[in-house]
Amino acid sequence: MRIAPNSLFGPVEDVAGQAGHGEHPPRMGFFTDTSICIGCKACEVACKEWNGVPEDGMNLLGMSMDNTGGLGASSWRHVAFIEQPRRLAGSDAGIAGLPVGPSGAQATAAIVESALRRAPRGGGELGTSAFAPDHVPEVPVAEGPERMDFRWLMLSDVCKHCTHAGCLDVCPTGALVRSEFGTVVVQQDICNGCGYCVSACPFGVIDRRPGDGRAHKCTLCYDRLRGGLEPACAKACPTDSIQYGELDVLRDRATARLETLRERGVVEARLYGEDPRDGVGGFGAFFLLLDEPAVYGLPNAPVVASRDLPAMWKAAGVAALGLFAAALSAFMEPREP
Amino acid sequence: MGMRGWLESWPVWRQLAGSDPLGRGSAAESARQRATRPRTADADRVVHSVCPYCAVGCAQNVYVKDGEVIQIEGNPDSPISRGRLCPKGSASKQLVTGPQRAEKVRYRAPYATQWSDLDLDVAMDMVAERVLAARAKGWQERDEHGRPLRRTMGIASLGGATLDNEENYLIKKLFTALGAIQIENQARI
Amino acid sequence: MGSNMAEAHPVGFQWVMEAKEKGATVIHVDPRFTRTSALCDLHVPLRAGSDICFLGGVVNYIFEHDLAFRDYVAAYTNASFIVHRDFADTEDLDGLFSGYDEATASYDRSSWQYEHEGDGGTLAEPSAREHAAGHSHGSGGARLEGGSGPIRRDPTLEHPRCVYQLVKRHFARYTPEMVAEVCGTPLEQFLKVCAAWTSASGRERTAAVVYAVGWTQHTTGAQLIRTAAIIQLLLGNMGRPGGGIMAMRGHASIQGSTDIPTLFNLLPGYLPMPSVETGRDLATYLEAVTADRQKGFWRNADAYFVSLLKEYFGERASAENDFGFDWLPRTSGDHGTYRSVMDMVDGKVFGYFLLGQNPAIGSAHGRLQRLGLANLDWLVVRDLTMIESATFFLDAPEVATGEIVPGACRTEVFFFPAAAHTEKAGTFTQTQRMVQWRDQAVEPTGDQRSELWFFYHLGRKIKALVADSAEERDEPLRALWWDYAVVGDEPQADDVLRRINGSDEHTGRLLEGYGELKADGSTSCGCWIYSGVFAGGVNQAARRTPASAEDPYALAWGWAWPANRRILYNRASADPSGRPWSATKACVWWDEERQEWVGRDVPDFEKSKAPSYVAPPNAVGPEALDGDDPFIMQADGKGWLMAPNGLEDGPLPTHYEPHESPVRNALYAQQANPTRRVYPRADNPSNPAPPERHGEVFPFVLTTARLTEHHTAGAMSRTLSYLAELQPALTVEVSPELARLRHLEHLGFAHVITSRAAIEARVVVTDRMVPLVVQDEVVHQVWMPYHFGARGLVTGDAVNDLFGISLDPNVFIQETKAATCDIRPGRRPSGNALAELLARYRARAGITTETGARFDTAVAPGGAAGERRP
Repeated sequence: MRIAPNSLFGPVEDVAGQAGHGEHPPRMGFFTDTSICIGCKACEVACKEWNGVPEDGMNLLGMSMDNTGGLGASSWRHVAFIEQPRRLAGSDAGIAGLPVGPSGAQATAAIVESALRRAPRGGGELGTSAFAPDHVPEVPVAEGPERMDFRWLMLSDVCKHCTHAGCLDVCPTGALVRSEFGTVVVQQDICNGCGYCVSACPFGVIDRRPGDGRAHKCTLCYDRLRGGLEPACAKACPTDSIQYGELDVLRDRATARLETLRERGVVEARLYGEDPRDGVGGFGAFFLLLDEPAVYGLPNAPVVASRDLPAMWKAAGVAALGLFAAALSAFMEPREP
Repeated sequence: MGMRGWLESWPVWRQLAGSDPLGRGSAAESARQRATRPRTADADRVVHSVCPYCAVGCAQNVYVKDGEVIQIEGNPDSPISRGRLCPKGSASKQLVTGPQRAEKVRYRAPYATQWSDLDLDVAMDMVAERVLAARAKGWQERDEHGRPLRRTMGIASLGGATLDNEENYLIKKLFTALGAIQIENQARI
Repeated sequence: MGSNMAEAHPVGFQWVMEAKEKGATVIHVDPRFTRTSALCDLHVPLRAGSDICFLGGVVNYIFEHDLAFRDYVAAYTNASFIVHRDFADTEDLDGLFSGYDEATASYDRSSWQYEHEGDGGTLAEPSAREHAAGHSHGSGGARLEGGSGPIRRDPTLEHPRCVYQLVKRHFARYTPEMVAEVCGTPLEQFLKVCAAWTSASGRERTAAVVYAVGWTQHTTGAQLIRTAAIIQLLLGNMGRPGGGIMAMRGHASIQGSTDIPTLFNLLPGYLPMPSVETGRDLATYLEAVTADRQKGFWRNADAYFVSLLKEYFGERASAENDFGFDWLPRTSGDHGTYRSVMDMVDGKVFGYFLLGQNPAIGSAHGRLQRLGLANLDWLVVRDLTMIESATFFLDAPEVATGEIVPGACRTEVFFFPAAAHTEKAGTFTQTQRMVQWRDQAVEPTGDQRSELWFFYHLGRKIKALVADSAEERDEPLRALWWDYAVVGDEPQADDVLRRINGSDEHTGRLLEGYGELKADGSTSCGCWIYSGVFAGGVNQAARRTPASAEDPYALAWGWAWPANRRILYNRASADPSGRPWSATKACVWWDEERQEWVGRDVPDFEKSKAPSYVAPPNAVGPEALDGDDPFIMQADGKGWLMAPNGLEDGPLPTHYEPHESPVRNALYAQQANPTRRVYPRADNPSNPAPPERHGEVFPFVLTTARLTEHHTAGAMSRTLSYLAELQPALTVEVSPELARLRHLEHLGFAHVITSRAAIEARVVVTDRMVPLVVQDEVVHQVWMPYHFGARGLVTGDAVNDLFGISLDPNVFIQETKAATCDIRPGRRPSGNALAELLARYRARAGITTETGARFDTAVAPGGAAGERRP
């Protein structure tokens, strides 16, 4: 038994092979190009229809057009909407010359944030009655300089299927596995709902579902992949903002797309999660963004929580495994051919 | 199950004996995981359809098993939609299989404050009789100048624009023969 | 413009995104910054209801800078035709055209006609037949006696009364400065649109226009689309690939619902319903439908109509009995859905069918709709799910106000569960006129049935009830051909489609197309424009051959009427000599060797008619079409810059303010459309608009639209958890500026008030909404989605309750895209307190039944006509 280098951190050449899949298909993933996302949420619905994910609360969140709020056990795709009083390169919002005052974006965000802070479960329970008028905090509608421009960014967020997936690394039951496609999948028949994975995810993707108790997240439609189909969200996506394919191919495509956009003057375009040298060894589902990741609610520099595990393994883990192995070999020997 | 089979289904053994020393991949897969396949692979048939929401006309494939719709998704062959669907089109399965679907005729008698049940065929007979009665009550043979009208103002209809062409055809044809002219559609709205 | 395509038609929008990737400039002109705007090169804000001024400004820009595609305009439009000397324009009459009669709020159109060679300037036909209402015209547009010539023309386009010069003069005052003043669009933004649009013109380049109900739901809706047509004709963008005007229709078969209509004014194939004026006999009717001396295929309407009667009445239709013409009911004016609802309130309608439609939420003036429902003998509702229009006696807002008392409401209600699209076979016609067949996937359960089942069996039962009747009026029911194929008890949709396609009455052979139809009763056809859908005995609508490099038009996917043509009037994609205007924009062309039209699409022209063909002097109908007359349904073969007939409200589009507007019309003394339909009744009040006083009580512009996540009146989305959770509450979007003005707080409640209703919603303060400067005043706009109601997983007040009923005079569509309102923080009151609030508002605004009912606003209230500028 040999643990390969970079098993828990750093670039990995063959993520499925490292997880014991002998003959296996190439690593598959998503490239989500936010520059052509129209925020329709087809991905959210197609995902739920295919995977039988239940509804996630009828909550008006006031976060622009976003009433999903974030990824969770019952939202495996989440479309974020960001309203900003600034220009998107190459486009003109038509604000110039209008009798406008300061932007309302900061103030409305403050209202939402304040309500979320007061919510015991972080906002998941916010219903349409949660923001009764007398509970709206006293935040001025808008202050600051008069708004000069506008842009509306949209992003369909999803599990990143990290090369080094914290959720998988800490799962004590083996419910979370690396599939032959290199994706990270929860086996619902194994998960015991311990919840270690929830805090191990640097993106807050995986969560336990109330009532069911088990952990749920995007499987990259593992069953569909097994049948040679593309994941439901990517198939539905009207503008092909969500592209599915071999990760290597997607990375090349994304690089070319980035170049095209930069040539058109969209200098703020950037790739997020395509780099195997990042804190999670690169995403299996990466993005082209038009602003800092933090603007979309994503960590600018995500780091897998289990990065420091190797040291601990050396001290104790390997010894423990050795004991197991010895016992088992003894047990099995007579039957070995 | 022999010892060997039992062992091979035990993840810890697979982890130690196999190529997945950290137990994060093949070693940890359950039997269910290994047998996973898309439910559409088990469909009895795939039926060509068209999305019932807006007028883009996206082609849908309806997967049917044991007389039930088990999945609806886009048909990639369509030159209009190329297999894609919007959130509404993607919710089509819930539209046709969800608990909101009414299954029984309901009847509210005049002045009643609740619904009651009614047999479909009885309801059809009642409607047919009422159509003829309202038609007679609102019949206009001629206008004030003696010009023929041959119509009834007693019946009106407003149809949604998700009706099939064939349905609209029969609706207009029957109402025209009845002399009912206030036959309208969402297309006016 | 008038379309929020990315939100309302997301899958269609993929093609816009693809065009943008290929270098197209995409512009969104819209009151709001939407998900569509976010993906466009340019968003251009304008005030809701000011679109004709905006587009008129583009027309003026084309003339000012001489940017028309001259070769196209001269050959393919009526630019060179001379209009009668008695014609007077809005320039002469301060916002009215010649022929206006205020008493009837309508026009005598005789002075709008062309002059003919040798007619010495007398009106071609000052006949009463020209007064046929706009709604009664068929797909060929207006009947036009003399359309086949000889029309006087000036090929130099210099004659002061040629159409080109009249259009130029009409729009001369639509300057960029005027556009900025009326629309609130900054001057530079408007000029950017002009530059981009006019640069996409000529041999090598085209521009396409996309609109939706943001254009139709106005008292000037038809003229709004006409203005776009004028621009597209001037730029040579009609009948060409990448050109045209695309109506993004909102329902799966709303196109089909007008082709094979359930509309009061139409029979299948846009044949008008007989009216009291035209209904004396078959000959009178046909004479009113088409003129004897006009060009084009509409001239053959007799064949289309007689074939329809043969389908309706089978062997009972014969030449001896005018093919059963006298059995048809006659219309007399407006029998549209809004007229009918008022008649319900007034107790004149006894029974009402709602077939997959929820007017308590989806139609304008919800309160009036519900009061109408509550005053019937009986109501039949057929839907997938229980809707507000069925449960009004339990949960209408009027139950709370005491206007509907459940125990005292007499309406007998039948609710029938409907079969879904997967549970029946049939065709939808999508927004590009493409007919697509659906196979049946599963059986419906319980009492769920298709409309086909319902109406087939209702017809069967009714025919049985009148089988022995001696009543003369029952004769058409007895004569009605109703022997459609049935399997089990389900009528077969493909058999109905065969009958729609039509067949030879003698041999039973299915027809190949409408060219085979005869007026002698030897053919039957349910809808002439659909003839060919079963060509060769094959269900063409069920074809599913994907597009390919050899067949980019995907001609073997579905079937588009007419004759499977994908681009209408595509003869115009070639120059007058029959050669494509350019290689990149080639669609169809004349093949000299084969002596026929060929190309990528099915040519929309007689196949072997050469470009050089000149019709003999006395020819009529298709024969009268010259080789360079691409608009083959038009009575003169040309695209109409100016419409001599067919429109109620003028031969040229004119900017009128919406029925309810915060501002005076800056262009003319005439404030609003002088022929719009208004219904001055106590239960249909209007908010005052200038020159009426007290408009300040309702100072804001109200407009509505769809959300991606919901569908129309909500029955197909509010009831689904996967959609309801995405937009769980009714919201009202306001700018930060309006929020400050009215003390509105993000996510707090506000109520929106008109003279009809006050409804509440959660406030969304967003930079996507912007104030505009209109005539030196700041105008705020308020936006709401209209999907909510009392039932479903998510509920909310019905936004359409806010609107009254005022209609476009041509098509009777209601103005729900521009009205006025007030907005105040906090929830609305309910019950009596709500009624009192509304009464107070009406009193403050001085509203009576006279408000909004005066048409000629140049005439002072006392009756002295002095204000109108000559």
